[in-house]
Amino acid sequence: MLKYKKTNAIKKSTGEKIFNAVNVLFMIVMMFVMFYPMWHVLCASLSNARLLSAHSGILLKPEGFSVTAYKLMFKNPMILRGYGNTLFILVFGIVINMIMTSLAAYVLSRKNLMWRKPLTLIIIFTMYFSGGMIPSYLNVISLGLRDSLWAVILPGAISTYNMIIMRTAFASVPETLEEAAMLDGASRMRILWQIILPLSKATVAVICLYYAVAHWNAWFNAMLYLNDRNKFPLQLVLREILIQNDTSSMVTAMDAGAGDSSFVSETVKYAVIIVSIVPILCIYPFIQKHFTKGVMIGAVKG
Amino acid sequence: MKNKAVKTEDKLSFKYRVRMDMKRNYPLYLMLIPVILFYIIFCYKPMYGALIAFKDYEPALGVWGSAWVGLKHFKAFFENPDFIRVLRNTLTISISSIVFGFPAPIILALLFNELRLRRLKSVAQTISYLPHFISLVVVCGMIKDFVSQGGIIYQLVTSMGGDSVGLLSRQELFVPIYVLSDIWQQVGWGSIIYLAALAGIDQELYEAAQVDGAGKWAQLFNVTLPGLAPTIIIMLILRLGNLLNVGYEKVILLYNPLIYETSDVISSYVYRVGFAQQNWSYSSAVGLLNSVVNFMIVITANRIANKTSETSLW
Repeated sequence: MLKYKKTNAIKKSTGEKIFNAVNVLFMIVMMFVMFYPMWHVLCASLSNARLLSAHSGILLKPEGFSVTAYKLMFKNPMILRGYGNTLFILVFGIVINMIMTSLAAYVLSRKNLMWRKPLTLIIIFTMYFSGGMIPSYLNVISLGLRDSLWAVILPGAISTYNMIIMRTAFASVPETLEEAAMLDGASRMRILWQIILPLSKATVAVICLYYAVAHWNAWFNAMLYLNDRNKFPLQLVLREILIQNDTSSMVTAMDAGAGDSSFVSETVKYAVIIVSIVPILCIYPFIQKHFTKGVMIGAVKG
Repeated sequence: MKNKAVKTEDKLSFKYRVRMDMKRNYPLYLMLIPVILFYIIFCYKPMYGALIAFKDYEPALGVWGSAWVGLKHFKAFFENPDFIRVLRNTLTISISSIVFGFPAPIILALLFNELRLRRLKSVAQTISYLPHFISLVVVCGMIKDFVSQGGIIYQLVTSMGGDSVGLLSRQELFVPIYVLSDIWQQVGWGSIIYLAALAGIDQELYEAAQVDGAGKWAQLFNVTLPGLAPTIIIMLILRLGNLLNVGYEKVILLYNPLIYETSDVISSYVYRVGFAQQNWSYSSAVGLLNSVVNFMIVITANRIANKTSETSLW
């Protein structure tokens, strides 16, 4: 025993120790690279606009300290309206997503259904083939959904990938439970609601998170279908400010001295980024575990 | 005669089975109605709408009423100099993403797996997942800011020698920016699935290898990588199936007319031609071509995987 340990120790002291040290070093660099951009944005948003523009190189703390950027940003009604629209999309979108996805997953996970295979095939086919961007756009427009938030919600009512993950989870609920409930006269809807869903809680939570993140991040369809700026979800407002560099609506209304505007528009951008990622960072520690679980649930499918 | 009798019996039993199935399972089929309606309206109707690729689409005439023109739009695309450009860019971006982006999470997972300091391991993992949760618009906003004049990455690059335009105005830098930022955002998240696979490898295999005198490298090649192989193959098929689906949302957010030469991909081209020039039929044709080729790639990738190993998607 003692001898074994000794040889082991000798082995480790050579190449392995160097490797471990290099690995730890790599991890520290990796963490810095992953985290620094966000830190940079946070510091810049709290900086004095003039001092920031004079600063070069890495930013470890705010240059000066000023919350002007945040004040200006919240004066802009677009940001709050964007949050409101995104909230609408999240709430109604997720309700529809969950209802539709669990209906599809439940029915397609029942093994004694005669048309199960062809129906599944018809649905899975849409994962690999679609009409394309333009026909989909013309379709939604022809349904009269232009400038309606439903144009963003309805075409994504079911993500087939999520539905398949859910189907796998539903299929693993013991059939005897369902049979017993049927004997007691429970309807299919009731079985789904009171037996299948509660027993698949973990998967349902993960799918719910997946949909939430997708809605939160979505901007492309909103850009196609929404012309009315009052309907813009948060990500479209962010796009205007960050990508198209349009901070004019905010900075013109500002009360800082003239001539500062070009500097301030820079810090406003950073403040906007921070305000848009703070909600996610706040809930991130609580949901991270579920997300990791979700990846593995998805992996089982293969 | 006998044959015919068997056939009718078969038919009867089929009809009978359908009726029994309906009787027993009609509540299930009722529940499926909204789902089927969704797939018809939002998936299959656009496929029918894709017929405009073979027509000169007039919104007033509708899909069916517009005049057929056969393969005119496909021909026009092949003869257009843009064809070579968008195909080349799509393949360049896609292949560089696969070459650099695909192994990155595998390597990261292996390194995580070798970390002996538990605390550091969990902190490093948590931080590496973080960028995945930032929305694409914000990530692109950050990229644009960092590589524009005076931005932090711009300073870093130009301090090693360089000129004075924003990095996103330089054609040769679009692909590196695209690929590196993608790795930054997705490497941690992508490593989760490999970590799960690593955790599933039987520890006894390592002990047996050690008894046989296998060093760390021998263990890597003879135990770890074979254990990861099924996961790697599945992920690679999924990735290859998307060969022509470069993340166009990111391209559209990042590119500008100065660098179309290296950044314009098939989907961003479809988007621009369709929406800016209202050239519905032509852009549908390009999109349809993309869908069809993509579909064939998925099928082929899966078939190859099926033959070379036991792993496949379906």
